[in-house]
Amino acid sequence: MQRIESMMIEKAKALLSSGEVNRVLGWKKGELGFDVEPCVFTSEDSLKDFVYNAFCGANLSKYLVGETKKEGKILVFLKPCDSYSFNQLIKEHRINKDNVYTVGVECQGKVDNSKLKENGIEIVDGVVETVEEVTIKANGKDYAFKKDEIVLGKCSVCEKKLLSYDEVISINEKRTPSIDRFEMVKKLESMTADERYAFWKDQLSNCIRCNACRNVCPACTCTKCVFDNDNSGIASKANSDSFEEKMFHIIRAFHVAGRCTDCGECSRVCPQHIPLHLLNRKFISDINRLYGEYQAGEDTESKGPLTNFTKGDAEPSEVFGGNN
Amino acid sequence: MQKIGVFVCWCGSNIAATVDVKKVADVLRLEPGVVISENYQYMCSENGQALIRNAIKEHGLTGVVVCSCSPRMHEATFRKTCESAGLNPYMVEIANIREQCSWIHKDIEEATEKAIVLGRSAIAKLKLNAPLTAGESAVIKRALVIGGGIAGIQSALDIAEAGYEVDIVETSPTIGGNMAKLDKTFPTLDCAACILTPKMVDCAQNEKIDIMTFSEIESVKGFVGNFKVQIRRKARFVDEKKCTGCGVCMQKCPSKKGLNDFNMGLNKRPAIYIPFAQAIPNVAIIDPEQCLKLKNGKCGLCAMNCQVNAIDYTQKDEIIEREYGAIVVATGYKPISLENFNEFGYSSYPDVVTSLELERLMNAAGPTDGHLVRPSDHKEPKVITFIQCVGSRDTSGCGKPYCSKICCMYTAKHAMLIREKYPNTEVHVFYIDVRTPGKNYDEFFRRAVEQYGVDYIKGMVGKVYEENGKLMVQGSDLINNEQVVIPSDLVVLAAAIEPNPSVRNIATMVTASIDTNNFLTEAHAKLRPVESPTAGIFLSGVCQGPKDIPETVSQASACAAKVVGLLSKDKLKCNACVSHSDEMLCTGCSVCANVCPYGAITYVDKEFRIGGGKTETRRVASVNEAVCQGCGACTVACPSGAMDLKGFSNKQIMAEVDAICKR
Amino acid sequence: MQEINNAKKPLIVAFCCNWCSYAGADLAGSSRLSYPAEVKIIRVPCSCRVNPMFVLKAFQRGADGVILCGCHPGDCHYTTGNYYTRRRMSLLFSMLDYLGIERERTRVEWVSAAEGAKFSAVMNDFASKVASLGENKRLEDLRCKE
Repeated sequence: MQRIESMMIEKAKALLSSGEVNRVLGWKKGELGFDVEPCVFTSEDSLKDFVYNAFCGANLSKYLVGETKKEGKILVFLKPCDSYSFNQLIKEHRINKDNVYTVGVECQGKVDNSKLKENGIEIVDGVVETVEEVTIKANGKDYAFKKDEIVLGKCSVCEKKLLSYDEVISINEKRTPSIDRFEMVKKLESMTADERYAFWKDQLSNCIRCNACRNVCPACTCTKCVFDNDNSGIASKANSDSFEEKMFHIIRAFHVAGRCTDCGECSRVCPQHIPLHLLNRKFISDINRLYGEYQAGEDTESKGPLTNFTKGDAEPSEVFGGNN
Repeated sequence: MQKIGVFVCWCGSNIAATVDVKKVADVLRLEPGVVISENYQYMCSENGQALIRNAIKEHGLTGVVVCSCSPRMHEATFRKTCESAGLNPYMVEIANIREQCSWIHKDIEEATEKAIVLGRSAIAKLKLNAPLTAGESAVIKRALVIGGGIAGIQSALDIAEAGYEVDIVETSPTIGGNMAKLDKTFPTLDCAACILTPKMVDCAQNEKIDIMTFSEIESVKGFVGNFKVQIRRKARFVDEKKCTGCGVCMQKCPSKKGLNDFNMGLNKRPAIYIPFAQAIPNVAIIDPEQCLKLKNGKCGLCAMNCQVNAIDYTQKDEIIEREYGAIVVATGYKPISLENFNEFGYSSYPDVVTSLELERLMNAAGPTDGHLVRPSDHKEPKVITFIQCVGSRDTSGCGKPYCSKICCMYTAKHAMLIREKYPNTEVHVFYIDVRTPGKNYDEFFRRAVEQYGVDYIKGMVGKVYEENGKLMVQGSDLINNEQVVIPSDLVVLAAAIEPNPSVRNIATMVTASIDTNNFLTEAHAKLRPVESPTAGIFLSGVCQGPKDIPETVSQASACAAKVVGLLSKDKLKCNACVSHSDEMLCTGCSVCANVCPYGAITYVDKEFRIGGGKTETRRVASVNEAVCQGCGACTVACPSGAMDLKGFSNKQIMAEVDAICKR
Repeated sequence: MQEINNAKKPLIVAFCCNWCSYAGADLAGSSRLSYPAEVKIIRVPCSCRVNPMFVLKAFQRGADGVILCGCHPGDCHYTTGNYYTRRRMSLLFSMLDYLGIERERTRVEWVSAAEGAKFSAVMNDFASKVASLGENKRLEDLRCKE
């Protein structure tokens, strides 16, 4: 992985110096080792803080909505899941394709930072990654993890390929997921309605309406969100009642239904650890089951499932999967 | 400051008997913004409308709520009323307290309470109404008539007579439809051909009328005044322009085993044929299933013998596109299939025939040259039994629940004609009821019974079976309260009629609604009987419901008058309730255009100020108001809430929800 | 029995498309085919005008059941509107079910302008199913229920 990082930096320097691009969108080291964050680098010199390691979970594609409006081309590094979001944004005319140079980069799963704390890791001193393992240096010792023990939920089930790119930096074959991505959706469906209600009531009652899920979501790129728009009739900014969070999360999931690439950013950034992706994944699972397999972001032309139909579509009365 | 007037209608006792109209008016008067609340016996009457007009002027009303019948009934009326008093017509909301309240509830308290809620909901919506102005769109001054039977012919002739161009598209190779197959017509007994064929010739000779036979509607796009229609001109393998209809090819054709559709399959025709002598156009057609040349490349006799080189074996279907301002659907009917009625032996015995087959057997131009003989042995029948209501008024599920309307009269006609021409023939008719409403109809029927001695037996037939070369018709005689068996030589079934099956597809293409029996639905059963609820689509003939010829012709002419009324306008007012995009919210994502059935949405790059003296160019949706029909599909598809529908905005609908749910 | 009679009557919001179902409701009216007064109809041009937000809003405001009625698939006045409705509401209702909201509180029915009898039957059936579920507790907004 370290080799990949140096190849990326080399690439970035070359493109900056040739003038092909004037900015680089990548990830920047943090103070604590694991707190990597997205960053636009504007000079070869600034790239000294550039990092690409097991902590680079953040999806960069959404930043391109604003960045590609600016003067000059920007280089962006896209992990497989980022590349789906990128495609979807191209489809929706949200990114100016002419102003971006895309490089696809290999990804073997990114660390779920909340699991660090569970293992007593507060500050990370270094990280070594192979396809199947991650070794984290902290507290003066090595912590070795199997991938599925430490990576984000979205990474354990990731089947995504590198899709859109001007070029690719990749050395290793991608690991194949061991877990079915709809496992939890199916589990919920098999519960009784009362159990499901209890599950979600418990989860959603944690919501503090910080809007992190919305702000990070590459499908949420509206100029003004309906929840901030007084004219929408549903504007609300705070949870003053248990209804608000239900309304917010149902509408949010519905608004991205058919467009959500299942990049998992919503759950990654949720400070309350609400498994928000399970809402999106329910829609994806229903769409696949009812209207045929569909992966948003797989291409830049196809009609999404909610802007399409067949005459023989299932009736709303017969679509319920699982238990009542 | 809004000044709302509320007007509660009694509708005579229709509303007032179940809803305490005074209480409704009194309660609604207390709603914020309401400055006047009145009740009156008939709001739609001239006096009622005057009440509204005066209130608008006197109180300077900014909006009007009428609590009355369905908006589908009188919304347009009250909009006009308000417009004439200077109020924008879209500042009117209707609370439906008749169809959806007084007519379905019995308890006065309950109905009154509901009426108040409905009134509040209308007030809540009205408060968010904005004055709307309808745009205009041009009218293409050409009409399309789908179907070339008597209905289509009459509509086309009348439209052309008024000076507008009109195309008739007919699926079969000739116009004329079912009427061309009939022998005589009730109640005057003049021959169908004598009165129909001159009209067919008129069509052919009228330079305003373009007849496209053997053609089908492929697709319909657009909207009232501006339809774009693709028409498939199916290959007939004969050049319509060259063929003179001399008929030599028919004689030379060696493949003569085709069933003659025009004669209901009672005799045979060659592979190349003209459907009947007076066909319009009088042009041959090749049946590719039967033609030796087209099937295996050998023959070509017709081409060799054609003096004008009209035969073209390589002809292909051709799709042409035309534009129309109005479309008339005149797709007509067909008798139902009798497969569900095995008890009458239609498929087992050749001498059990349908009434339409009997028409051909009695027609001088038919397979028997007008001699009434049995299909099986060509002998003259001595006893003929008619069975009425075969599949009509049938609630068992085998047939149709409706009355086919024409059978009583044509059966009387058949019986009378037979008794006149073959006085020694015995004629029996089994009937459930004899229905003869129509000018000179009952007199006609009584003549059949009284003058011609036709034996009418009230009762149903149980079965028809063969015994000793006779068809035994076993039925009940309800008047004499006994079972009867009538040994007959010929049995005639008055099969129910149903809409031509193609009408379903056409209805879908023109987005006209259709009822459970596949008859097209009229915009209003009594007041708008020749229009479809879809603007610009008109209904002519049996496609709308069972009709005899006089009724069909009347409706066809009425339909033409409506078409002419439309085509005579240069511009049409568009729908004012159209979508629009809030450019400050629109992200240009294209989702809305994907769901628009009319292609009304395009995208433009526009510059917007973003502060600091800077601008940015953004891609935003733009709605063509002449094309938008106001369905609202885009408003829900739009993730950012930029698309909204005038007259049915998000806020308006949510205000209605609020008002209804307030307890 | 006494208890049931005294129970609060359910509140039902019915969104009806202008061309088929609203006309079907009118026909139910002119045919005097009754259904409970708790059913209140909101007229929309097409079932595809119904935003999932409206459905949730109705529940928020205290509705106990929400039903959408539109033209039969294939008969939409706007050609394709109800096909979109069908997908949208399938997904929305399935999501509500996933969150543990009772299935019988939501429904889509296709009612043509000729189906007054069906309209009445559907509303009677829906109202009785919703009534048997009792008050909507799982998707309520307490502030709206004072």
